[in-house]
Amino acid sequence: MSLIATLARLEAVTTGRARPTATVRHRHLSERPLVFVPLTTAGEAGAPLGALVGTDRDAPRLLVVAQPRDRDLRFAFLAELADIVLPYIDSHADAVEAAERSETDPETGKRVKVEVELCSDAPQLIVPSRAGVEYVRLLGRSMRFRRTAEQDPETPYPAPPRVPLLGRWLTHFGERSRVPGSSLLLALTEVLGRHWATGQSSLEDQHLGALLAWIAPPEGATGAEAALRAELARDGRGQLLCPPAGPATDPAFDNKLLAPAIERYDRARTALAAAEDGLQADDRLGELTAAERAIRELVLSRTLPTWEKVWQGLDLLRELPEGAHVEERWTRDRWSFTGHRDRVVAGEPPQPRRDDAVTAANKLATREREQGRLDAQEALDDPLVMAGRRLAGEAFTGEVVDVVMAYSEGKRPSPRPLVTVRTDDRPHLGERAKVFRSLGAKPQAAEFVRRDGPDAADGPEEECLLVLRIVDKMGRGKEPEEGSVPEKGDRVCFTLFEQEQRGGAKLPDPEDTPWTHGGPPGEPVPETADSVTEEDTL
Amino acid sequence: MPPPRKRGTALRQRLADLRGPDVPAKALDARALAALAANPGCSRRALLDGAGVNKAALADALGSPSAFGQSQFALTRGNAFEAKVKADGGADLLRLVHEKLDPRAQPPTGASVPDLSAIGPEGRTARTALALREAGQAPGTWTLLDHPMLALDVAGSPAFLEPDAVVVHPDGTWSVVEIKSFPLLDGSADPAKVGAAARQAAVYVLALEAVAARLDPAPRVRHRVLLVCPKDFSNLPAASAVDIRKQRAVTHRQLARLTRIEEIADALPDGTCFSPELPPEQLTAAVEAVPAAYAPECLAACELAFHCRDRSRAAGTVTALGRTVRAELGGLTTVGDVLAAARGEAGDPDDPAVAALRRAARLREEALGAMCR
Repeated sequence: MSLIATLARLEAVTTGRARPTATVRHRHLSERPLVFVPLTTAGEAGAPLGALVGTDRDAPRLLVVAQPRDRDLRFAFLAELADIVLPYIDSHADAVEAAERSETDPETGKRVKVEVELCSDAPQLIVPSRAGVEYVRLLGRSMRFRRTAEQDPETPYPAPPRVPLLGRWLTHFGERSRVPGSSLLLALTEVLGRHWATGQSSLEDQHLGALLAWIAPPEGATGAEAALRAELARDGRGQLLCPPAGPATDPAFDNKLLAPAIERYDRARTALAAAEDGLQADDRLGELTAAERAIRELVLSRTLPTWEKVWQGLDLLRELPEGAHVEERWTRDRWSFTGHRDRVVAGEPPQPRRDDAVTAANKLATREREQGRLDAQEALDDPLVMAGRRLAGEAFTGEVVDVVMAYSEGKRPSPRPLVTVRTDDRPHLGERAKVFRSLGAKPQAAEFVRRDGPDAADGPEEECLLVLRIVDKMGRGKEPEEGSVPEKGDRVCFTLFEQEQRGGAKLPDPEDTPWTHGGPPGEPVPETADSVTEEDTL
Repeated sequence: MPPPRKRGTALRQRLADLRGPDVPAKALDARALAALAANPGCSRRALLDGAGVNKAALADALGSPSAFGQSQFALTRGNAFEAKVKADGGADLLRLVHEKLDPRAQPPTGASVPDLSAIGPEGRTARTALALREAGQAPGTWTLLDHPMLALDVAGSPAFLEPDAVVVHPDGTWSVVEIKSFPLLDGSADPAKVGAAARQAAVYVLALEAVAARLDPAPRVRHRVLLVCPKDFSNLPAASAVDIRKQRAVTHRQLARLTRIEEIADALPDGTCFSPELPPEQLTAAVEAVPAAYAPECLAACELAFHCRDRSRAAGTVTALGRTVRAELGGLTTVGDVLAAARGEAGDPDDPAVAALRRAARLREEALGAMCR
């Protein structure tokens, strides 16, 4: 955390309200996001208890697994979830626009432009917290290798038809969320935490209720008081007034409310199975329905507060203007979405359990490149982020005090003007260090020539003069193009970091994986389904 | 050399007095030990744990109840999984130990599973030590100790530990087995949970080494433990060998430098007592008498964390915002000091931390001012 963010936290402590750490919104927010608030069963891996899901704030769909250890009920839940999520995804898959992509021509080996489709918008999934993102990944993993009866009539416990497909999509969302700056799947606590600093630690910020309490405390309360209430206040039955945002539930809820309700449900089900005649069965069915309804009520009572908080958080974020580069990053998300759509349509198999060496290296390279891009773009979009980089000596702003025209030596002299900038920032400039400024959304490079000062006689103690030589983006002529060289009196901002990311070295094709990395992966073997036993659960 | 008998008795009496009359001592589990080693600078926690004070009850009495609890679903599943792994005299478990830790030894058939039941933790510890010695006298066979009891000297008082299982290999070496109910998904598990399990196992290894040191020749305790988890989404056991040398070294060092409980206890005013039955003001004063080192990480490990957090916040300590925050502020430790220094009202401008703060404050003002324009 930079010192500037630390100061914001300390200010929040004394003012009792969260303080901004960004002046613009750095993540894309869809106009119609799909909000997903899942709950899981403690101790079981990938055994959902229920969820609230939907795109309409006033009409969430409640999905509940009355007995989370029952495989059939779990499949029914996943099938219902697929019926909500897949149409939402499909609604974005059809609207496309034409776009160009450069590809390597297989015959000539040259890079050529090809016309391809790009989805004009992409779906966006919002979960309350980081743990929610992990849960989406886990659900994706638990579903994508399942076999349906259609795929394999012999499979012992066939999954409902669309469940494996949902698994592949959730896996894709989960995988994409690991790319810095991506917005296909967002954890609300992380996005809020990016834009506000609270008066508590970042560990405590992972509690959505407490985080929102700091950002928008209720009338007449400080953030600290409201956050404490959100964390700890319990009702007469010992239940948290602000249930955890999940997917894990509060143990007190599990032990006092949920366990008896599930027990009642189990009893009712056993009784129904043992019914001897129709009349008795009717009675017992009534009891089973009542027991099921009780569990639904319980799950709703634990998810609805979180659901409302997620939308409240989205409202708060929407108040911030979108950063200038957010749209560009969202376009990358659209490419990612379109790519997976195409893989699904082409009938490719689900994502493997383990990536081969080349795919894994590519993924890592992408994440590194996107991290660099995100850092640079956030700084360019947001003076507050840039302030952090200036403090770290990675950028400086100042006033141009002198411009001297100069030319390169060579047959065709090109303009190489010397610009003197007065700044009170203290950038770490080495000899002939490259610096960049944003000129019409493109970076213009300059070279550090020398440092004059600090000039203690005329000005504040820390000012110094930096002489820079502009080296590009001035046109082809002898005289620089209009507006391509800063003028005396201009305020300029230069960065020491690259503003645009270059692709790294190209990796070999998977068939040419060197032996040091396991050699070529060979013919892809279809992934086997997970082993299942009579009882999945214990 | 063992400490003189008299001193041990005196300390035990002193700690019993701290707990209060007729309050039984709460046993230290390995998880508490591992967490203790994670915050070695906290005297409060060291003393309360060492004296066997029930911190959850103490937190309730102080009016800042802890939020720990275990869901009965998780508990049931954990127990059911352990029972499944250890079924058939531990055949499955020994197969995994053989495969993952000691594949060159003979396959485990007909391992002996000694009965370890005895009265009281001391009795069970002695029974375990005996079983380990006997297992060493029968080379070439596998022995499985199901829930043995081990004792470890922590800051001057014995802590009793109960590993899930300890296996004696045919070559006479010992290894620790940890059974957990989080899944091993495609060969990898949640790193935070594996880390916690490894720290816990490291404590068991240290305790076993203490037992081994009393035998002649001393058997080797293996530094690779076996972590057994459910495979993927099923209930089948899968296992992985975890190298705990690092955790063992860290825990060993931190346990050794734990401030001795005796010294902390001696610094307390006479008549200090942590009995939950005392009135809150008296308890608060008693707890305040022992210095604490609160950091947000405590929230996940210590029952008293909410109380300490309240105190820490009331004192305006910057560590309440995170250890990293504290690290970058130099000698400034309270919120008030830092803000005053940032505003230029206090602090030495030649201090690099103060100078950086002022620059940060100015840059922040400038950027926020630009937003308002």
